[in-house]
Amino acid sequence: MTDNLRAPLAFAFMGILLAIVGFTQSWSVSLSIINLCLISSIMAIGVNLQWGYGGLFNAGVMGFTALGGLTAVLVSYDPVYEAWDKAGIGILISAVILILSITLVMFAYRNISSPQFRNTSIVLIVIAALIGINSFYGPSIDVIESINPAKTGFLGGLGLPIVFSWVIAAFVAGLVAWVIGRITLRLRSDYLAIATLGISEIVIAIVKHEDWLSRGVKNVSGLDRPVPYEIELQQSEWFINLVERINYATLNSVQTISLRQELLNDLIIISSGVFVKLCYVGLFLSVLLLIFYLSHLALNSPWGRMLRAIRDNEVAASAMGKNIFAQHLQIFIIGSAIIGIAGAMLTTLDGQFTPGSYRPLRFTFIIWLMVIVGGSGNNLGSIFGGFFVWFIWIEAEPLSIGFMNLLASGFEYDNPIRMHLLGSAAHLRLFIMGLLLLLALRFMPRGVIPERILKK
Amino acid sequence: MDNFELVNALVLISNFVLIPALSYGSQLALATLSLTIIYGVLRFSNFAQADWMSFGTMTTILFTWYLQSLGITGGFLPTALIALPFAIIVTALFCLLIDRSVYSFYRKKKSQPIVLMIVSVGVMFILQAIVRFIIGPNDRKFFDGEKYIVHALDFKDYFGLSEGLTIKSTQLITLIVAIIAMVSLFYFLQRTKMGKSMRAYSNNEDLALLSGINPERVVLITWVIASALITTAGVLYGLDKSFKPFTYFNLLLPMFAAAIVGGIGSPIGAVIGGYVIAFSEITLTYAYKKFFIYLLPENLEPSGLMQVLSTDYKFAISFIILVIVLIVRPTGIVKGKII
Repeated sequence: MTDNLRAPLAFAFMGILLAIVGFTQSWSVSLSIINLCLISSIMAIGVNLQWGYGGLFNAGVMGFTALGGLTAVLVSYDPVYEAWDKAGIGILISAVILILSITLVMFAYRNISSPQFRNTSIVLIVIAALIGINSFYGPSIDVIESINPAKTGFLGGLGLPIVFSWVIAAFVAGLVAWVIGRITLRLRSDYLAIATLGISEIVIAIVKHEDWLSRGVKNVSGLDRPVPYEIELQQSEWFINLVERINYATLNSVQTISLRQELLNDLIIISSGVFVKLCYVGLFLSVLLLIFYLSHLALNSPWGRMLRAIRDNEVAASAMGKNIFAQHLQIFIIGSAIIGIAGAMLTTLDGQFTPGSYRPLRFTFIIWLMVIVGGSGNNLGSIFGGFFVWFIWIEAEPLSIGFMNLLASGFEYDNPIRMHLLGSAAHLRLFIMGLLLLLALRFMPRGVIPERILKK
Repeated sequence: MDNFELVNALVLISNFVLIPALSYGSQLALATLSLTIIYGVLRFSNFAQADWMSFGTMTTILFTWYLQSLGITGGFLPTALIALPFAIIVTALFCLLIDRSVYSFYRKKKSQPIVLMIVSVGVMFILQAIVRFIIGPNDRKFFDGEKYIVHALDFKDYFGLSEGLTIKSTQLITLIVAIIAMVSLFYFLQRTKMGKSMRAYSNNEDLALLSGINPERVVLITWVIASALITTAGVLYGLDKSFKPFTYFNLLLPMFAAAIVGGIGSPIGAVIGGYVIAFSEITLTYAYKKFFIYLLPENLEPSGLMQVLSTDYKFAISFIILVIVLIVRPTGIVKGKII
């Protein structure tokens, strides 16, 4: 099979899989899978830029996703004015002290030459900052969390449309990536992996436990939606007319008027769900295409060639006068920003922010699997990987339950082995994912749609 | 302030900071030793380490249950200690199986360390699935035997203090087992022929091969030793607290942090790193309120909890130490192999 045919064939295959789901289960299910596939593809492109083009191992995808989600909340949720009035000052003062002390520590670290004096002054600054922050921060968060804790109990956000958060999320994730990159990118590659693993755990710990910021495990639900609500659609004239026109033939085959009305109502309810999902598909698809197009342009420019040259041979690229550290930092920030966008989109799609649901397997390592299965170094491959692996991840559960039923069919109904087999079916999913990764690395290390090597 | 107050404060600190940190540090040190040996000899960061620990602990639990069903128990010691050697054998065999079927392919191809690291992520998935499949994702306690060596109530009555010193038997067992394991490991690495050839292989592969060291044997011994260490660490941790696959998975970051802080690839560094991480985690998340109430006169008593960081941020501590070490001294405390 020539490389040129691989991509169309792979996507055709994916289309058939999704169509099968559409026909056998329902189009609504198929569209929900497609929506998450699109978001996963964007995340996979972000990781692919870092790994496939930059050769950087980011083990903290989950953290950047959660940062995106948090940004979505902070941008779109209405501000809780009462909380701002009573305790906003305290939080702001703590933030100022935090920033001030970090600046002072940096200044002391760089500019004081005597090591003894430097270390003591750093320790003193840290202690002073801790005392200062503790005296403002603790009382303020108590106040904030006591205001209407069942509904808000946090500072709220800016009250802007949620789509803005997609852009802001890119900046937030990029900023965090800059800090991490500055510290670890000069060192060997394992350190970046471990540092990103750490930062992602910390981000999750913060969104889980800082209730004043994100409501923690109480979750934020009822987020703003960029698309219409089903219930509004079901009552609007144009939508009813549209459904009527599309299903003209079916409706006319019904004899009585009351039956026809009943059928129409059912159709409207089903179609409104499908319509909302289609709106999301449209939004996500345009973001995906935009990111794909921009990265395509960037990676086929001299800048992209330089990145690949650095990835393939750092020493040679360095000898040609390329600043390896700066380029690594750039691509790391860009990739993380893209992951942040996807994280904000995911929260938008869910309509709620649930810090407890961020697990490294689901949000870090599955994304890696997408990049590797799809083909590292090829964004089209990452998109395919995003679709394919997400599809497997979703369908692995019914498949493993079916498989376990088959295994258990020989036993009596209440046999403990049978109960154990059926109860552990969900864990088979992890096994399938691990196996997929190992098989892909062993037998198809370049992925389904491999990187294109341009020949002269 | 009288002397009793001071003693009370000291007992309090040793109950909640010194003794727990010492035992957690020993557990972490053993786990980090395993990580660092794999890193030193096989040259990759093993992401499957934490789930490997769950696998070893799970095997021990299964053997413990089997022994208990036969009526064999350890008396005042936990039965898991009898089960441990069997579990180590099973875990090591399983590791060798994984090595033959997965890792050896990339070793022969001389793949980059980062590829092996990604492969270990795949192994991590599979191990996690196996553990959850066999024993389930829930919390399990498998401790039996005598629970306390020094009991708080007895201690209070005997000395007439308001704080009672408590030493759990698992804490003492952890210390003793960890010391035995470390001493024998260092003896093995420094004094025996096999240990020397392992260090030679780790130091310079080509030179080691030229001097007639059999690489397959080195790899085999490495997996066996690392399995023994990680299983022991996991069992001690599980005896002390409890066994839950997700909690074990979360130990991955402290392990990596300890390895880097100590100097990655250096066994002594791993031990030091383990204790540094454990002590900082516990000293920084302990609420010192009661301690200061004992020490300070009444009008100076603190109103807050006197806690530097809330316990929710344990991870953050490993990470912050990691970052400080990376900025100030990237080679780690004991100079590690390569940066």
